[in-house]
Amino acid sequence: MKKFLEQQMDKMRPLFLPGGKFERLYPLHEANETFLLTPSEVTHGAPHVRDQLDLKRTMIMVVLALIPATLFGIFNAGYQHNLAHNVANAAFMDHVIQGLLLCLPIIITSYAVGGLWEVLFAIVRKHPINEGFLVSGLLFPLTLPPTIPLWQVAVGISFGIVIGKEIFGGTGFNVLNPALTARAFLYFAYPAQISGDKVWASGPDGWTGATPLGIGMVPHGNETIIESLQHAGYTLKSMIIGLEPGSIGETSVIACAIGAAILILSGVGSWRIMLGSVIGLAAGSYLFQAVGGANLKPLADLPFWYHMAIGSFAFGVVFMATDPVSAAATNPGKWIYGFLIGFLILLIRVANPAYPEATMLAILFMNVMAPLVDHYVVQAHIKRRARHVYA
Amino acid sequence: MEFVNLAIKNIFVENILLSFFLGMCSFLACSKKVETATGLGLAVIFVQTITVPANWAIKTYLLAPGALAWTGLPGVAALDLSFLTFICFISTIAFMVQIVEMTLDKYFPKLYTSLGIFLPLIAVNCAILGGSLLMNERGYDLPHATVYGLSSGAGWALAIVALAAVRKKLRYSHMPEGLKGLGITMIMTGLMALGFMSFAGINL
Repeated sequence: MKKFLEQQMDKMRPLFLPGGKFERLYPLHEANETFLLTPSEVTHGAPHVRDQLDLKRTMIMVVLALIPATLFGIFNAGYQHNLAHNVANAAFMDHVIQGLLLCLPIIITSYAVGGLWEVLFAIVRKHPINEGFLVSGLLFPLTLPPTIPLWQVAVGISFGIVIGKEIFGGTGFNVLNPALTARAFLYFAYPAQISGDKVWASGPDGWTGATPLGIGMVPHGNETIIESLQHAGYTLKSMIIGLEPGSIGETSVIACAIGAAILILSGVGSWRIMLGSVIGLAAGSYLFQAVGGANLKPLADLPFWYHMAIGSFAFGVVFMATDPVSAAATNPGKWIYGFLIGFLILLIRVANPAYPEATMLAILFMNVMAPLVDHYVVQAHIKRRARHVYA
Repeated sequence: MEFVNLAIKNIFVENILLSFFLGMCSFLACSKKVETATGLGLAVIFVQTITVPANWAIKTYLLAPGALAWTGLPGVAALDLSFLTFICFISTIAFMVQIVEMTLDKYFPKLYTSLGIFLPLIAVNCAILGGSLLMNERGYDLPHATVYGLSSGAGWALAIVALAAVRKKLRYSHMPEGLKGLGITMIMTGLMALGFMSFAGINL
């Protein structure tokens, strides 16, 4: 099989090399070759890093880490659909099939439209097609509700890939995470569909309910926030397992934790950012509980481990915040970056009546600030070292 | 708490640069290096904190309808000089910038030389005039005007410093030929505004 593929590739190569018939389509050939085989070609320019971990492996690691969240998300979408339609005694496979019917079109649209832009830019700008797209193209649909119209998926991923990434020169040059840019674009362009206070199960027309964050927005008489969550059927356990309405990939903390383990063990995702975010969230939570304040939402009274289970905190921090391109690059910078993400998520959740969900916006804001954090970390380092030089 | 809220609102939510797009010219021109951007940002904070309350005083005691009542002169008390608002505000800003410049030159020569041309340029920075006019429009009293001046200046400074750091990173990017320089900076400004949207509506 491998031999056959190699022969085919060798046979086709002259067509794509300069002077060949499909010279302009060389990036397509190159992408296929690196995807199917392990070419012996190495980097032409310095610096040369002697390591097995190239961009392809890094990105594939992230895709692998996303698989539990994706599979669970597909099952959950079907489960919520059947629940909302009162389908009696649906079996496991019924949920899966229903979920596939709901989610596959979204994922396929995202990959197809995004891939089209990626290939177009690669051919016109003559840069190789990067595996980074495999991550953005999967991350983006996982942040969407299963009920989203497909044209919105197409518009969103186009904005994310073109404005968020390709005009900066493609993978590795972007300042903001492309998947997040796409999501934020949809969020502000079509707020009616995805503002996040109503649940996103695909139900019969007019079927609505409140998400945990939506419940936390308004006070409920004498009940504590935990009690009102329980009344609506959300306990800490149910939110960790994740059989609840929400965006496709975000609901299960367990699936995100498996992804986090894969990312940390393979060294692709930064544990400093993840831990920093949790510390920031906890610090913010204790701060707001200590200060109180009449204007705060009841969400302020929730202990921070509830905040970790609610909404998309786990998904965002594990998969979005750790994006090595848009995150801070220095180690102290990663701590600061993570801490501020956690803190901002809590701040926006408890103090901003406009947005029930904050993870995406907090990470996007810190993406903008990450170069500044890095700059100060590097300057501080230079200052510290310079003291030894002149003293 | 009210003042903290006002400050946060003006730094993050209604950032004078990223939501009103005031002061764009120097924002785009002087954001190539973080050090320059920091200097200019500090100068804007400083001038804004002085000029907004100063213009508040001019408006309240000289220009607003009936503001001259304190003179006690018949005929003068009823005057409405608010048609002079623009010219008075601009002269105040120019005057203040000159004072600041001379003071810095005399007592802090090091800071003065590092700011260089940017200090006099602030006199024509639309964020400064815009700040005073917005103060006028929103009808702040003196403490609010002072906090507003300080925080809108701080918001401007934060935005330009962040952009300078981003541009440092963009120097290694590989963008299309036509977008290099100002084009990509404009797009980046828009994306930054998207990031700052997260604070819209925050209420402490």
